[in-house]
Amino acid sequence: MIGDGVNVKVLVFASYADELGRGELALSLPLGATVGDCIAEVRRQTGGRVPPAPLVAVNRVYARPEQPLAEGDEVAIIPPVAGG
Amino acid sequence: MCAWLTHDPLDVPSLLAEVASEGCGATTLFLGTVRRSADDGDVVGIEYSAYDAMAEAELEGVLADARARWPGVRIAMRHRLGYVATGEVSVAIAVAAPHRSTAFDACRFVIDQTKERVPVWKKERLAAGTERWVGPHGG
Repeated sequence: MIGDGVNVKVLVFASYADELGRGELALSLPLGATVGDCIAEVRRQTGGRVPPAPLVAVNRVYARPEQPLAEGDEVAIIPPVAGG
Repeated sequence: MCAWLTHDPLDVPSLLAEVASEGCGATTLFLGTVRRSADDGDVVGIEYSAYDAMAEAELEGVLADARARWPGVRIAMRHRLGYVATGEVSVAIAVAAPHRSTAFDACRFVIDQTKERVPVWKKERLAAGTERWVGPHGG
């Protein structure tokens, strides 16, 4: 679906990547799709293997569910962080 | 002042040298080390992983926030990625300031903010050979 929607790259990490068996997905979403829409689609495609309201970053900045997505955005689904 | 992710063992003396300055009368050093406890399932090491590009950006953001709160403070930090065995240093933060109040406060701020914001994850390896992911603020 090129041209009529928004193509984004979704990255998953750590325990979520283990759960999915992969670290990356390519999604085509409708124009105007938000972060929340992206998560819902990931959940749909993966049988709910990602939580409904995870931490998300868009282009390496934390983002809210209502943030709209643009063509080429990098969406990262981030498990609870445990650094330091 | 720079924030770095590295797969190499941390060079703590070099971090202290990075922040040293004639104008600073107080230096604080925080070391996070991998801890072994029978109560925690006998961890022998931790595999650290990160969303590298964002972790670097968030670490820079933490340092920028610290510098805004305590103007003139000098900070150097490194966070290790990859496998870190029990007893080894996984994160080091060196802070220098004219006086000790700032040195203590800024150092505490940096480690606390790092634990809140930076996309780094830990997978514990246990003596029994199993592995498990650590939840937030696990240590």
